Amino acid sequence: MEFDSIILFEKVNKWFGDFHVLRDIDLSVVKGEKIVICGPSGSGKSTLIRCINRLEEHQRGKIIVEGIELNDDLKNIDTIRSEVGMVFQSFNLFPHMSVLDNLVIGQHLVRRVPKKEAEEIAITYLNRVKIADQADKYPGQLSGGQQQRVAIARSLCMRPKIMLFDEVTSALDPEMVKEVLDVMVDLAQEGMTMLVVTHEMGFARTVADRVIFMDEGQIIEENSPDAFFDAPSSDRAKNFIGQVLHHL
Amino acid sequence: MQTTANQFKNPEPAPFKSGSFWGWLKINLFSSWFNTLITICLLYLLYAFSTSFINWAFINAVWFGDTAKACPNSNGACWAFVTDRWRLFVYGLYPKEDYWRVNIVYALAALTIISFLFSFGRLKKIFRISMVTILPIAGYILLVGGYFGLEYVAPENFGGLLLTLVIASISILGSIPLGLMLALGRTSNLAVISKVCTYFIEFWRGVPHIVIIVMFVALLPIFIPDGSKIDVVVRAFIAFAAFNSAYMAEVFRGGLQSIPNGQFEASRALGLSYWKMMGYIILPQAIRNSIPAMVNTCIGIFKETTIVMLIGFSDLLGIIQISLESSDWVGPPHIFSSAYTFAALVYFIFTFGISKYSERLENRSNVDS
Ligand SMILES: Nc1ncnc2c1ncn2[C@@H]1O[C@H](COP(=O)(O)OP(=O)(O)OP(=O)(O)O)[C@@H](O)[C@H]1O
Ligand SMILES: [Mg+2]
Repeated sequence: MEFDSIILFEKVNKWFGDFHVLRDIDLSVVKGEKIVICGPSGSGKSTLIRCINRLEEHQRGKIIVEGIELNDDLKNIDTIRSEVGMVFQSFNLFPHMSVLDNLVIGQHLVRRVPKKEAEEIAITYLNRVKIADQADKYPGQLSGGQQQRVAIARSLCMRPKIMLFDEVTSALDPEMVKEVLDVMVDLAQEGMTMLVVTHEMGFARTVADRVIFMDEGQIIEENSPDAFFDAPSSDRAKNFIGQVLHHL
Repeated sequence: MQTTANQFKNPEPAPFKSGSFWGWLKINLFSSWFNTLITICLLYLLYAFSTSFINWAFINAVWFGDTAKACPNSNGACWAFVTDRWRLFVYGLYPKEDYWRVNIVYALAALTIISFLFSFGRLKKIFRISMVTILPIAGYILLVGGYFGLEYVAPENFGGLLLTLVIASISILGSIPLGLMLALGRTSNLAVISKVCTYFIEFWRGVPHIVIIVMFVALLPIFIPDGSKIDVVVRAFIAFAAFNSAYMAEVFRGGLQSIPNGQFEASRALGLSYWKMMGYIILPQAIRNSIPAMVNTCIGIFKETTIVMLIGFSDLLGIIQISLESSDWVGPPHIFSSAYTFAALVYFIFTFGISKYSERLENRSNVDS
């Protein structure tokens, strides 16, 4: 199991000042696996996935991504980051660049792909998220759903082996959620390794191999989506599902 | 179907055509009796002031003459003073036979401004970059001389508008990169760098500029061995660059703080290194957001160049002062006020130009964001 895993957490602990935000996290993800992470607000879901591309640093334990351990004397952090794509709740597109340039800049500066080629790759991915006709617009001229699809395409252009999604649909108007989820379902079917923080139960049921439920910095429960949503074993998970279902 | 269509209200024309002059007047000046009252009062004040100003500045003004005797009447401006001494104002104490060197530099500066005001299609970038590199190099060689058989002219002799413009442009162009570096240093994660930059900025901001200038000019030779060999003008430039870069640094820091954290995170998540992130993602946005405050600082720098008078240089204001005290022009106080009106006009033209240009920059950057 350990040898196949593309991401491995061993007894990972992290503090924000005195606040113990991740507590003894153990997690192993194999290539091509889709994992949905859910849990109440403040439980450490974002912190967990942000440790994978070292937007956050852990203080104790071991994180191994693609066979490379993440620690302080990591010289090639930028290489790891270009292998791990991340999509945020707030899109974070670069507002001073056209959609096309948003997709070109990472390839060109990090992967050193020549501009022309990078533009062709960018158009390919914009086509895949069905938005190639907006290539020359600026992010501010697009709807939220369109922006989020551009953000996904921007990550995919880097040819990542792992994709991290942090509540990518929570800032969207309801009618735009589907267009973004559709793109993610497509991506899952192509075999991408995905870690998705979301409360979209439908998505979890169709796509996820495993659901991880977090609370107070710990992984409380780990199960197949159907087992988790239909018959959660812990009281906290029961409570949480009750609340989420209530809101849906 | 038809009933629902009838419920929609058809668009009506706006009460005033927004483009029309009368519509604009009505909306902006006479929208209520109170507004109308204010408008009438202001119009009256404007009328009263401008008629007396026009009488003073044009109708009763004396335009030519070579001594104070040309301007006996205090009810009119004495432009004779300006037309008699304009060479001194423009070229300072620069040797007369070498005025052509200054003229070439003025022409190059004008060309540089033109390169930034107008677009020249595909040549735009090349034109601008070459002007920005040619101007300081050619400017130095031509003005100071000592190369290519050009006679050496000590910077102390610059004076007048020439000195004002040289100090202002060196301070502005020097303080922008320095300030940018200080701002990056101050926001750096490395505690040592951030502390050093913070105290550097706080020190220069906290000491009156007059004190700094005098310190540099009078005390530097005492502290630094061979310090007296550094030209006095160069010492003044260093002082100007030092405190102005501190102000610029705070301007850029404000710009950096206006960039949401998500921009940094997205850049890092893509694998951009610190310098690439700053150069391509953060600074282009931060600098754009800093433009209004930057222009404010630039205008301040431009006006503040006048404090070089205190260390014995004659910038535009200084040379006007000296000319007023010359035996030909010592005379009634209205010569004095005319001279200062002229100085005000010159400073205003330059600072107004800077602020108009920045307005254009801002408008242009609004288009694509
Ligand atoms: N940079 C930080 N400094 C200090 N505390 C932080 C920081 N980032 C997050 N926290 C705290 O750590 C805890 C976990 O945060 P995290 O963002 O991982 O939660 P989350 O599970 O993603 O919650 P949400 O569903 O609201 O996004 C929260 O209590 C939060 O206040
Ligand atoms: Mg979160």
